[in-house]
Amino acid sequence: MRNIFLFIRRYFTFLAFVLLQIFSLYMLFKYNKLHHAAFLGVASELTGRMNTQVDKLDDYFHQGEENRRLHKMNDSLFNLLKANYAVPDSSQRSVVDSALIDSIKQFRKYIWRDAKVVYNTVSSEKNYLQLNRGSKYGIQDNMAVLNSDGAVVGQVVNVSPNFSEVMSLLHVQSSVSAALKKTGDAGRLEWDGKDQHFVQLKGISKSVEVKVGDTVVTSRYSYNFPPDKFIGRVAQISSDPATGFYLLKIRTAVNFATIQQVFVVENLQRDEQMQLEKDTEKKVEQQKKGK
Amino acid sequence: MSDLVKNIFRLAIFVVVQVYVLDKLPPLHRFVIPILYYLFILWLPFSLNRLSLLLIGFVTGLLLDYFKQTPGLHAAACVLIAYIRPFIISILIPKDTAEFNYREPSAGAMGWAPYAVYVIILTVLHHTYLTLLEWLQFGTFLDFIIKVFSTTGISLLLVFTVELLFPRKLKFRTNTA
Repeated sequence: MRNIFLFIRRYFTFLAFVLLQIFSLYMLFKYNKLHHAAFLGVASELTGRMNTQVDKLDDYFHQGEENRRLHKMNDSLFNLLKANYAVPDSSQRSVVDSALIDSIKQFRKYIWRDAKVVYNTVSSEKNYLQLNRGSKYGIQDNMAVLNSDGAVVGQVVNVSPNFSEVMSLLHVQSSVSAALKKTGDAGRLEWDGKDQHFVQLKGISKSVEVKVGDTVVTSRYSYNFPPDKFIGRVAQISSDPATGFYLLKIRTAVNFATIQQVFVVENLQRDEQMQLEKDTEKKVEQQKKGK
Repeated sequence: MSDLVKNIFRLAIFVVVQVYVLDKLPPLHRFVIPILYYLFILWLPFSLNRLSLLLIGFVTGLLLDYFKQTPGLHAAACVLIAYIRPFIISILIPKDTAEFNYREPSAGAMGWAPYAVYVIILTVLHHTYLTLLEWLQFGTFLDFIIKVFSTTGISLLLVFTVELLFPRKLKFRTNTA
């Protein structure tokens, strides 16, 4: 027993070093898998406050550009106003609706919330954005993040009461279900960590006709992203020798270096869809076992 | 100003510069990532014992990690250089001169050549370990090698620029303080 104490006393610094290393590495690998870490909630409250202050200053340098973009957006919306369209008189007649239930009643599937980017990097292999909205505002994990033109930015991975962390498309662990707009073929959108303007679309079969300049949008099979949202255009076509699928280089619609205002989109049916998927899997498993 | 207050200010400045200036710069190339904040650990006074060096290193790294959303990555690298630092110092300078005359490592206290060796060894260690941990998650071996060299190069350039631009006043250790 005495020898053990002597040993500990003698190598105390080294043991402390090993302990701290193990603790850091444990945090790192756990975070890489689950995107959760000790004190991250409290820490992102603090870093978020600071980032907000710095971002206020940063805004002054981008106001001109932001103003022009907003004006363009307003212009496109003004053009959609009902007042711009004349209605011919002959179309006006009264009709009695005989149906008891409104069969074309629509329900809401997506809720859009506005948010502002307070911190953002593009230089790392794992890029995150921090937004100034958190769980108090209704933001949850796995919500989609689109920029103010409606193009895909990434998805929420972590929330604190007032701030949230977003994994951008420029993250080597990011994987988004995307499709070619023309044909509807879906694949996975990933990033190889090289160029901040390009992402890779994998898993598109070679039988599909693809041309440079084709539009890539979010697929209808995604639980997180609303369908048909713009991602980018095909910039280069090559084939993946390992799998026999296309390897498409996509120029992203979003310029990640200058991103400022975003929308966080919630799929109101996500929980139901996930539950259904889980239940189905369980059912299939049980049937397999029963045979 | 006492050493404690001075070092707290230093830490704040290094973290702010790293997070809001160096990380926000448009990258020259994806391999060339300037890292400067670890200079804080290199500049800590000689008089700190090894355990408090380790703890300060850990806190410094973790602080940066929470800003950059990489919990543990920089903390691990900082703890490593905080652990190695006393060994390098004891090899590079004879016990009876500089360490007893000056408060903290600097070119003036140690001489340019030993100080440069001290900075280079710890920079290479820090960046190699940092890049290694990133590489374990993602990337090819060639990427790893190139990234270590280019990141070390740009960081050393930054460190020596800082060293020339902001010469620290040499403080002798006195009996009164």
